[in-house]
Amino acid sequence: MSFDSPQAYDIAVVGGGGAGLTAALYGARARRRTLVFERLITGGQIATTELVENFPGFPQGINGTDFAMNLVQQVEHFGAELRYEDVQAINPQHGKPFRIDTREGSYEAHAVIATAGADYNKLGIPGEEELVGRGVSYCATCDAAFFQDEEVIVVGGGDAACDEALFTTRYASKVWLVHRRETFRASALLQERVFANPKIEVIFNSVVQRISGEQVVETAELINTETGQTHILPVGAVFIFIGQTPNSHLLKGLVELDEGGHAQVDLQMCTKVPGLFVAGDLRTKAARQLVSACGDGATAALAAEAYLAKQGIGEG
Amino acid sequence: MAETSEVTDATFEADVMKSDLPVLVDFWAPWCGPCRMVAPIVEELGEEYAGRVNFYKMNTDENPTIPTQYGIRSIPSLLIFKSGELAGTIVGFRPKSDLKKRLEEAIA
Repeated sequence: MSFDSPQAYDIAVVGGGGAGLTAALYGARARRRTLVFERLITGGQIATTELVENFPGFPQGINGTDFAMNLVQQVEHFGAELRYEDVQAINPQHGKPFRIDTREGSYEAHAVIATAGADYNKLGIPGEEELVGRGVSYCATCDAAFFQDEEVIVVGGGDAACDEALFTTRYASKVWLVHRRETFRASALLQERVFANPKIEVIFNSVVQRISGEQVVETAELINTETGQTHILPVGAVFIFIGQTPNSHLLKGLVELDEGGHAQVDLQMCTKVPGLFVAGDLRTKAARQLVSACGDGATAALAAEAYLAKQGIGEG
Repeated sequence: MAETSEVTDATFEADVMKSDLPVLVDFWAPWCGPCRMVAPIVEELGEEYAGRVNFYKMNTDENPTIPTQYGIRSIPSLLIFKSGELAGTIVGFRPKSDLKKRLEEAIA
């Protein structure tokens, strides 16, 4: 531990999703004093995924929440600390540890691994915000069961939308899967299941432009993007899965961001700020998968460990 | 960490409506992943507010009456009651600091 800042952590991880928790696991196992900040719930996007079937080593797949809880347990078992605090700023201090400000207080850490991930996008249409929790949902695994034998809409065309549409069929009498393009982005296997499911009806080239209801969702208005024709569907719920935006506001002014707001890092997850690493969905990359997020986290933690050793922090 | 006590349709009146202290009820279900991830945050709050606010959780699978009465269509939902009246509703998962702010407002 540095003599200058006896209170400083060796590694602070900002974001407790797959990338962050894996980074913390590697940090803690390197016997580094490691602190994880989580703004919302640990596990990140994986905590709201019903079934993870593409993580190697789970032939039957694993429930996303179970995966997240196992990972948290594993990380805490090796001694990393977890705090539910919303980080407001990461401040490099020349020749001294980083200062990390949360809404609750300030912390110091010699290395910072930013893994704040991405948040689900909203449609930004009338009725959406007003009816959140009363039929508008961003988590089918949380809320689908409240719509037993009702008709519902799922919006989106990626893995998340298809996965959630399939899950929703356990409860809903019918699922309208509405996608603005004429093909899905989802993996071929998920698409096959969607098209084979008798409860799912796919509506391509359409967007939801209004959600209406007195107390709860009653109808959704669709517009066909090619013909301009509108169509009102009576539904009990609208589940929205239309991509994500990276939580990179903390990195603005610190590191280079691409057009989408992702941080540019090298192969070791290093930024141009010594001691600051970025991993997972927050960085520029092609594959946004749980397994690659975890891989990023491990790479970043190993790079952080090498950085700390080079600085002579915590040796002997 | 102390696990939050359960409240049911049968005990809701006594534990929540007739409580002298404000009460926060965490509506959850075993199949709701985020509910399980929110539980440790609610437990932390429960410890921080011990003696000021009573904390309960209600399983919406096992208790059909109260969730319906309060129009719960999304979980996790945290409802805050003060003097037998609904004083605040928080739908979905929010940062712990937001939860504290909403809780403070509701019990003020």
